[in-house]
Amino acid sequence: MQVGVPRLQPDLAQAAPTSGRAVVVENLVKAYGRRRAVDGLSFDIQPGEVFALLGPNGAGKTTTIEILEGYRRPDGGRVRVLGLDPIAEGSALKSRIGVMLQEGGLYPAITPREALRLFARFYRSPRDPEELLRLVGLEAAAATRFRRLSGGQKQRLSLALALIPRPELVFLDEPTTGLDPQARRSTWEVIAALKHEGVTVVLTTHYLEEAERLADRVAIVDEGRLVALGTPESLIAAASGAVRLRAARQLDARDLEALPSARSVACSGPGAFVLQTDDVPGLLVEITTLLRDRQISLTELRVGEGSLEDAFIALTGKDLVE
Amino acid sequence: MTAGQTGHAILAQAATEMRLTMRRGESVLVTIIIPAALLIFFASARVLPSTRQAVDFLVPGTLALAVISTGLVSLGIATAYERYYGVLKRYGSTPFPRWALIAAKLLSVAMIEAVQVAMLIAIAFAGFGWRPHGSLLLVLLALVLGNAAFAGLGLTLAGALRAEATLAGANGLFLLFLLLGGLFAPLDHLPSWLVPVARVLPAAALADVLRSVLQSGSHLPQGSGLLLVAWAIAMPVVAALTFRWE
Repeated sequence: MQVGVPRLQPDLAQAAPTSGRAVVVENLVKAYGRRRAVDGLSFDIQPGEVFALLGPNGAGKTTTIEILEGYRRPDGGRVRVLGLDPIAEGSALKSRIGVMLQEGGLYPAITPREALRLFARFYRSPRDPEELLRLVGLEAAAATRFRRLSGGQKQRLSLALALIPRPELVFLDEPTTGLDPQARRSTWEVIAALKHEGVTVVLTTHYLEEAERLADRVAIVDEGRLVALGTPESLIAAASGAVRLRAARQLDARDLEALPSARSVACSGPGAFVLQTDDVPGLLVEITTLLRDRQISLTELRVGEGSLEDAFIALTGKDLVE
Repeated sequence: MTAGQTGHAILAQAATEMRLTMRRGESVLVTIIIPAALLIFFASARVLPSTRQAVDFLVPGTLALAVISTGLVSLGIATAYERYYGVLKRYGSTPFPRWALIAAKLLSVAMIEAVQVAMLIAIAFAGFGWRPHGSLLLVLLALVLGNAAFAGLGLTLAGALRAEATLAGANGLFLLFLLLGGLFAPLDHLPSWLVPVARVLPAAALADVLRSVLQSGSHLPQGSGLLLVAWAIAMPVVAALTFRWE
């Protein structure tokens, strides 16, 4: 181990704000052609925190995480990971982080044990490949060629490869997508164990249950923007009092806005609305009265019962998985 | 990574690449058998007046062909598919540098070429009474330079083009070098306007250097030698600079 000597950094703009934070994202912008995949995103992640980026497909989660991993160059804004610039200081950063890509392949003929042993050679004090095979439940498949592994086994091997560096920070891009419930639970246990060891975990997911269960804080992103950021509890609390309804098309948002108890109205699709209120029973009476007067039939009516899913719908006006 | 660590990692990577290449038995077979088959065919076909003369001309050409088929075609296509399948992207998240991955690939290809060269020489020696001349060191040097040039070219294609385009490009270039490389027919048999073009290609440079050394035992022909060195430096550098992980 080297003893860190405090360095004087003459450039104050660079020096001041990153200390103590595992990840800093400030006004991040990334465009593909005209489309802004990430559009002014800002957040910080504390060391040892499990931080979830939650959003529908195409929200900019993977783009954001790949910028933090050093794969993509931001078009605007500034990011720091463990105090480093992911591109300019990429080689220093890469020995300290673990990365689980959403679609990272391997040689078709390599076995999990060979892959872990090979990647272990790239790091100063790697984890034991055998221990990792046990941890992710791949002992029985340790000598099976990658091409013959099931989708879930490939995912778990990817997770093990992300942990081989003994990283200070791991990026997990949709770590449980495509896993069966049992494998998902065991991946959650691995993530919980990482947190216990003090590893910072940045994960993307479109499973609300995953974010709710694992994350210290959740950033909800939609169309490249930060919609909400907070603990799962605070997000759920903020969304209680959301009423969601779906009705025939002739219903107009302005009619709903005119209801006395409606604090806000968001349109989430043809004939679908999310209303915020402080008085749920009052609002329900007003809605049903309106619909009866107009002779409009109701196809769905739902009151937020305090889940992250309701929070998500209330905040974005969208379903997470459609 | 420290220098020593990187060195060890390169060896581990090269050993894995070798092992994986051996598991793709069919492709190895093709890369090893084609040059050997061409050597046997042309040496038996009596295109040139005496067998001895023919084999003296053909051995350097088939050695060059072995380097081209393994470095350019086999490595290029395998690497292009590794990129397509996201294998290389995964390396992009590790501290193992890009140049080290390229070095490991050159090393593993060199080991396969060593097997090919040994086999071709054994066939020529035992089957056609071929006897080498010149300096073994110069021959090895030429092969190493040729390996760098053609593997560098294969990696350049693989790192810049889609997998399908690399497949087509590598095979197209293979054919081009086969026809314009002076491998199986002397360059001056080509149409005169093609000769200057053919002469600057790395295939002709490699074949010319190997032929001068092996046939007459003379020293490196300066023009071809310098050209080969230039290709051997330029192609890996271009590959390292232009290689995209995804």
